[in-house]
Amino acid sequence: MKFKTFATFVGPSVVMMILFIALPLISVFFESFKVTQPIMQQVEVETCTPGFTGQTCVTSVKTIPVIGDDGKVETVTQWQGLESYRSVLQMEKVWAAIGSGNWSDILQIDFWKALRFTMMFTLLTLPLVIGVGLLIALTVNNAAKSFKGPVIFISLLPFIITPVIGSLSIYWLFVGDGILTAMMERWTGTNISMFAQAWTIELLMYFYRVWHVAPFAFVIFYAGLQSVNMDTLESAVIDGASRLQRLRHVIIPHLMPLIVFIALIHLMDCYRVFEEIVGFRSQAHVISLQWLTYDFLVPDDAGNRAVSRASASAMLTMIGIVLLLIWPLRRTWKEHRGGAH
Amino acid sequence: MSSTSKAMRQSFGLRFASGAFLTFWCVIAAFPIAWIAIMSFKSPVDAFADSPWAVIMGPATRANGDGLSILDIVIGLVVIFFTIRWAFTKLPALVNQYASGPMLILGWLIGAAVYAVIFLLIFFGLLPLIMGPINGLLGPLGEPILGMTTQHYVAVWIENEFYRNFLNSMLVTAGVVTISLTVGTLAGYGLARSGSDFAFWLLILALIFRALPHSVLVAGYLPWFINSAEILRPIFGDLSPTLYGQPWAVIAVLVSINQPFTIWMLRSFFQNIPAELDEAARVDGCSHFQAFRRVIMPVMWPGVITTGLFSFLLGYNDFLVTSLLLDAQNQTMVPAIAGYFNRETTTTDQVEAVAAAVSITAPLFLLVMVFQRQIVSGLTAGAVKG
Repeated sequence: MKFKTFATFVGPSVVMMILFIALPLISVFFESFKVTQPIMQQVEVETCTPGFTGQTCVTSVKTIPVIGDDGKVETVTQWQGLESYRSVLQMEKVWAAIGSGNWSDILQIDFWKALRFTMMFTLLTLPLVIGVGLLIALTVNNAAKSFKGPVIFISLLPFIITPVIGSLSIYWLFVGDGILTAMMERWTGTNISMFAQAWTIELLMYFYRVWHVAPFAFVIFYAGLQSVNMDTLESAVIDGASRLQRLRHVIIPHLMPLIVFIALIHLMDCYRVFEEIVGFRSQAHVISLQWLTYDFLVPDDAGNRAVSRASASAMLTMIGIVLLLIWPLRRTWKEHRGGAH
Repeated sequence: MSSTSKAMRQSFGLRFASGAFLTFWCVIAAFPIAWIAIMSFKSPVDAFADSPWAVIMGPATRANGDGLSILDIVIGLVVIFFTIRWAFTKLPALVNQYASGPMLILGWLIGAAVYAVIFLLIFFGLLPLIMGPINGLLGPLGEPILGMTTQHYVAVWIENEFYRNFLNSMLVTAGVVTISLTVGTLAGYGLARSGSDFAFWLLILALIFRALPHSVLVAGYLPWFINSAEILRPIFGDLSPTLYGQPWAVIAVLVSINQPFTIWMLRSFFQNIPAELDEAARVDGCSHFQAFRRVIMPVMWPGVITTGLFSFLLGYNDFLVTSLLLDAQNQTMVPAIAGYFNRETTTTDQVEAVAAAVSITAPLFLLVMVFQRQIVSGLTAGAVKG
């Protein structure tokens, strides 16, 4: 295919990606070093109240925003270097915490709190998703043929459901007067509130994520299991391999590329954990990196959006993604070069 | 099982454990969704009752006079049975009669939607009207035994005007699916048929873009979208629009966010179509575009339908982009449900939120029912080439 034809085919897609992915990234990069503030002016205001013999007048200096000709607040944009990064990272508090030995103080700062949760969430759910997915795939493969269709249908439901709605449906089971909380209270005889402390919320979030993603892993592993070489399996049986040994030495190596694939997709998706925070309404206890940026972007009570701080936290999130992808990308590059020669 | 050799046969214990685990998983997978579906039909007292039995039977709902008698349940089940049965027999025949070729997909979409609407009208409109007098005549047999009410759905859809959010959702989703498939098929075909280094780098770049958190991108759009009227004034004059709050701007954003995934997936589908097919067309004198239109387009539909499903899910399920870039007047369904959180003070509000959540899930449920095979093939297609 000539380059020109190739370019016409790919053109529209590339233009859209440049316009709505690449350019916004550049814009975020520059925004993170700038700040836009309303221009303030100080005015002397004389307020008078009627008194008995005459008016009592008080003069005071007030700071008010300058209103432009069009009736809007005038703003000024200026470069401020790393100021936004400083206010997101709050390094001086971090050093103070390290200096005084109170490590847990670091986790009081929003950014570090979010980073800790995002990392832990990503690393803890990864083995669970792969394990549960593999287990479901093996058992479905084992089941009678007439069960397979309905089981796949039911398994797809948690995967396909809107993430916010999925986390809400679990929230309603465990909320103060939810059915499962009531059940646990009856068993233990104590008063349980699942959404009052961080660790129970986190536990439910891990559960939700495994519930949501395990079907995806299951479907892929199940497809992979169909192509396991039966001859190899039978010869392993003849050689006296036990069931567990066959699983470890024949089936898992066969599925290895798929495990790597799921791990990669899962890392990318978990790093963006966000919907759980909305569904569980956990922002007071548990937050994630993506939620931090979202929170800066939502207008506050005065209607202002902290765009520069959002950009700074977005850039910091980006660094994490780059670190995450270096290893898989290097591997792909090596394979590509190996294939070319 | 008879084909497997004796050595491969499993002990009873293992088969029992495997079956037990599978049952356990199915219960876990379906329970949260099934439970909120049950809750949404009960009065608030029942929906958040302590015992599961009270939630299912709904005594408080029944005391309010909303309930189903044995006859209601029997007739309801019969109607549901025939609805499902005809969905697999009569509906395909009807669709095939009126649509053919590429229009088949559109025919299926319209057919399924009309079918669902007719079912809802009969089930929730006609049946209660008929059954009311009959239950009155029957005496004890007509007494309600199962508490059930649709009042929360009425409140959500009519009083809170959820249908507006539904229409917005449909607009955004339809736009995302059509544009993303049009742009994506062209790019996917080009990438599959070009072995150049440039194509490789494009795919790698797309992979990196796929990993980006969406909030990073939205942070890039917001300042421009809010001020776009002033920024574009020198070019378009007074016609320049404010992009913030425009559904078509959100469609463009979602299409672009979805592009990396779409082109990867379509590329792997196109790679499975033998290149000899378009080479033969080229030998016969077709240009690349003619070959694409006349030879590839007729055979690409399975891949396009599958990719379309995933685009649909992205557009329909999105919370972050739509909640930040659309304002209250044209909000889609998923962010709109977040509006209930702020009002959620009484238990009635909570059950209304549950009903709204179930309303959002119902179309997805239908989607899995109709397209289960395509979804599974789409999931695996990504992995095989991945």
